[in-house]
Amino acid sequence: MVNGPIEHVIKVRDLVVDFQSHRVLNGVNVELNRGEVLGFVGASGAGKSTLARTIIGLLPKRAGTIEILGTDIDKADDDQRRAIDRRWGVLFQQGALFSSLTVGKNIEFPIREYLRLSNKLTKEIAIAKLEMVGLSPDVYREYPSELSGGMIKRVGLARALALDPEILFLDEPTSGLDPISAGDFDQLILTLQETLGISVFMVTHDLDSLHRVCDRIAVLGEGKIIEAGTMERMLASQHPWLTSYFHGARAHADWHVRVKG
Amino acid sequence: MAAGTLVGQARGDGVSLTAAGSWTAEYAKSLEPLVDAAVAARTAARSIAIDVAQIERIDTYGAWLIERTLRAWSSRGVETKIVGLPDRHRGLFEKVQAGTNKLSPLPRRQNPVIATLESVGRSVALVGHDMVLIFQMGGAVVAAFLRVLMRPHTFRFTSMINHLERVAWNAVPIILMITLLIGAVIAQQGIFHFRSFGADIYVVDMVGVLVLRELGVVIVCIMVAGRSGSAYTAELGSMRMREEVDALRTMGFDPVEVLILPRILALVIAVPLLAFLGSMAALYGGGLVAWSYGGINPTVFIARLRDAISMQTFEVGMIKAPFMALVIGLVACVEGLQVQGSAESLGTKTTDSVVKSIFLVIVVDSAFAVFFASIGI
Repeated sequence: MVNGPIEHVIKVRDLVVDFQSHRVLNGVNVELNRGEVLGFVGASGAGKSTLARTIIGLLPKRAGTIEILGTDIDKADDDQRRAIDRRWGVLFQQGALFSSLTVGKNIEFPIREYLRLSNKLTKEIAIAKLEMVGLSPDVYREYPSELSGGMIKRVGLARALALDPEILFLDEPTSGLDPISAGDFDQLILTLQETLGISVFMVTHDLDSLHRVCDRIAVLGEGKIIEAGTMERMLASQHPWLTSYFHGARAHADWHVRVKG
Repeated sequence: MAAGTLVGQARGDGVSLTAAGSWTAEYAKSLEPLVDAAVAARTAARSIAIDVAQIERIDTYGAWLIERTLRAWSSRGVETKIVGLPDRHRGLFEKVQAGTNKLSPLPRRQNPVIATLESVGRSVALVGHDMVLIFQMGGAVVAAFLRVLMRPHTFRFTSMINHLERVAWNAVPIILMITLLIGAVIAQQGIFHFRSFGADIYVVDMVGVLVLRELGVVIVCIMVAGRSGSAYTAELGSMRMREEVDALRTMGFDPVEVLILPRILALVIAVPLLAFLGSMAALYGGGLVAWSYGGINPTVFIARLRDAISMQTFEVGMIKAPFMALVIGLVACVEGLQVQGSAESLGTKTTDSVVKSIFLVIVVDSAFAVFFASIGI
């Protein structure tokens, strides 16, 4: 918000990423609008996670520009980079909780590092975050190894939200969860996104989540964005991969009804 | 963007506070004293309202600070309410209000004296438990070995050769270098002190006996425990963390037979070989120093060595090597299989593995020393 209202919180232009000699992304153009949930789909190995990791800065890019909250990350100095790091939260596929710290300390970690609040307030905020993601405050004292898969994802989300970020990256948030937990998790993301006004960049394979949570969907294939737009547009697309993905054995009949009706 | 403010004014027996500006994470540090002061100051009021209409930006931090203030007042019986809440912030406030933000109390702390005694007692009991586990593992390895002897085609020969390459062949350079230096240092110290009473030549006896009987094999075992024992523990530990060990079991394989037996056999073969190479390198190092520093030329050194040591000296040293290898392997595997889910536990167990195996190597060495002394060798 420093540079006035920004339409695109993330803007990726002609992004090229190589793994050794293998080209994974070849000219990706995509943008994330403020306040929307953008879902990323694509075949396994199409480079969805690579794209997310490149935007976060975990992987080097060969060419192209990435603009986050109006700042070109190539031109940003260390302070600007740190300021951007503070304004996004990342939920990794396996949660990536620090296993040597309790749940509470995991959530407090970024708060202590960046905000230097009093111990009392830090702890209260951590507990508030835990309750916001639907966990009991008593989870605060437990270690990640004592939690179930669904709880790990929730704690991971609480940690990603610790600094009240503007952008949230979710890497397959519902993978490994049973359908009921996955549905609850979708609902949680939706309510948090609405109440906190976050822009969400979500990599997923879960057709139900795509349908319930995402405002827009981008499809990645052959190193490029094949198609981007609303669910209706995906369902109407004639691209062979899209038709088999959205009309395949695992797609639900009721979507088509809902979209047409 | 300005930091948040909180201004109040009294109205009869009520107080109305106006919050404005940015109530976000970056300003939370300066907002907290503000709300604390507000809570501390107004004690006489019967009802308090916070007007949030002028807040420009707010996030969980700001919402919680306001909620916390209201809760502090309510607990004193003051009537509280929020006024002017815009629709766009309603969801956030509801979310924050929904939480209890209370941890259940911790169980009462124990008397520190009793707690210390308890932890000492537990560690002593653990030592016994560890010994039991090591013997159990020894038994399981022997049983697996006997099964393999009856059905030799089930033995994982390739796996053993692979481990042999890692623990024996790849360890040769570092073992040679370290033992060479140890031999050289012993010879140098020996010459330095023996020279004062003209007994330089006895340094050859000392180097020969010390290296072949004791130091060669012990130094090599300490190196192997640090180098290969730790690797075994870390490998098995991470395999356990990823449920690979359980996967083997469900497929009807015995993890001891598949994972542990080839590793331990590789160690039992490797350590005597390395101990031999190490002893030779130490003698060589001793000889070099004796020549360059003590003026004992190689011919004299070798002739003296032949008188000073017998085949038995060498055998006494070498016979210990496979037993020490077994101890290192068993400890490493026991610790590896005890790894729990966390990265920290993998680190602790790897440390434990190295510390315990070095300790037990020295215990085994002492036991052998007592044994050989009592049978008069």
